[in-house]
Amino acid sequence: MSAAQKTMEHTVSFDLGAAPLRELNATLQGLDSTTNQTAWSVLNPRGGHAIAVGLTAPVTVTIEGHAGYYCAGMNDGATVIVNGSAGTGVAENMMSGLVHVKGDVSQSAGATAHGGLLIVDGNASARCGISMKGVNIVVKGNVGHMSAFMAQSGNLVICGDAGEALGDSLYEARLFVKGSVKSLGADCEVKEMSAEDKTILVDLLAKAGVDAKPEEFTRYGSARKLYNFHVDNAGAY
Amino acid sequence: MCGIAGLFLKNHSLETELGRLTAGMLSVLTDRGPDSAGFAIYGAGNPGHLKFTLRASAGFDFFALPAKFDLSCTEHDDHAVISFPAEREAEIREVLARHPEISIVSTGARMELFKGVGLPDDVSKRFGLHKMSGSHAIGHTRMATESAVTTQGAHPFSTGTDQCLVHNGSLSNHNAVRRVLAREGIKFDTQNDTEVAAGFVAYQLREGKKLDEALHAALENLDGFYTFVVGTETGFGVLRDPVACKPAVMAETADYVAFGSEYRALADLPGIENAHIFEPEPAKVYFWERAA
Repeated sequence: MSAAQKTMEHTVSFDLGAAPLRELNATLQGLDSTTNQTAWSVLNPRGGHAIAVGLTAPVTVTIEGHAGYYCAGMNDGATVIVNGSAGTGVAENMMSGLVHVKGDVSQSAGATAHGGLLIVDGNASARCGISMKGVNIVVKGNVGHMSAFMAQSGNLVICGDAGEALGDSLYEARLFVKGSVKSLGADCEVKEMSAEDKTILVDLLAKAGVDAKPEEFTRYGSARKLYNFHVDNAGAY
Repeated sequence: MCGIAGLFLKNHSLETELGRLTAGMLSVLTDRGPDSAGFAIYGAGNPGHLKFTLRASAGFDFFALPAKFDLSCTEHDDHAVISFPAEREAEIREVLARHPEISIVSTGARMELFKGVGLPDDVSKRFGLHKMSGSHAIGHTRMATESAVTTQGAHPFSTGTDQCLVHNGSLSNHNAVRRVLAREGIKFDTQNDTEVAAGFVAYQLREGKKLDEALHAALENLDGFYTFVVGTETGFGVLRDPVACKPAVMAETADYVAFGSEYRALADLPGIENAHIFEPEPAKVYFWERAA
């Protein structure tokens, strides 16, 4: 009997307790953009690493439990839902699509991601959005230290509090924080919320299902003082 | 890399399962640390008695020893545990000191400590971990980065009576700290960085600090990457470095508190699907304890 079984008319259920992860990933990666098999359910993830990585077909994969490292990494167009928490580097290097984690995520969530939307219903730990390059991230809880470190573009919305050194060495990503910020990193500063910022924030809050007003958020961005070497900034390099 | 597993039972009815559950967690952590493994387990003590866990080269006849002292002895591969009335500690240490082939691995009313080179499954099997019971246990799987793959370099390291320490990470200032501690009379057997951390905690305790104070002092004095788990007679403590480079996941239910380097190590624990799962925060000292 194959580990992948049709449980409902359109959902294929894949049991990681019965078949290896490579088989799941190879199957999902083998789907093309015209597949009719668009709904997948992954059972018994048991914290395994690299579940549902490198997907390029517009399918929806629901992981029933906690996922390990790099879950939904390199996602390009798929929707990955984790009914649990996810480990280090969830949705790292995502290009497009949606990753929605119903629990917490560990460090480096959305690292280096170029596009798509990452929604975290719980908290994210350290380095959330590190070196993000265009992704949108909405964290409904708190984020840990060094979040948005060297973040280049995209938007990070934090509905709770941010840890130490938020936005250290920030480039042009927009950061929105509803709660408190323990400290700002080098070259990160409070910005005026522009009309464009507000439009982006309202849209992301709506997509993530967050009931909050943009006025409750503070916008942070780069002070752009580290873009070029200046001897007066030597202490900040 | 390295892997850490810790299990602290709140529900006494699970105590006979402690060894089996701990062995399962260590097995999962093999790919974080395949070269050696070890564990400290806190079983039932005997009032007024102390235990030494001893280690000698394979084939050593530990049973010849207790005959000399009239002590009870249980052998576990190249380790053995002897139990004796606490007032005889000095006398027995003196005799053991005349046997350079024997190392005292740990001392405690309840703690027994076993470690060795090999895959975690093999190490657990050699010492019979599956059949051991107790209130809590801490284990480690090692992928050596800082010093040689030897039994002495495996974790846990004893830091004092009924206390031990395991470490995931690497310390960058251990040589300097070792020199300072050596001047204070702390003895080191290896070039291992974790042994320095253990020695540092032992030194702080010797100077009258409490364990949580010793761990706060570690934050000030030890440089590098670390997640430490410290076992005590009544529970265990967790400390991560301020940058939180090394992973840590905790799970708590009404029955237990568990620590794993990764969630995978916790996935087989009973009732894990309903556990409160969280990451301990960096630079924060955590303790879980119960009445001894």
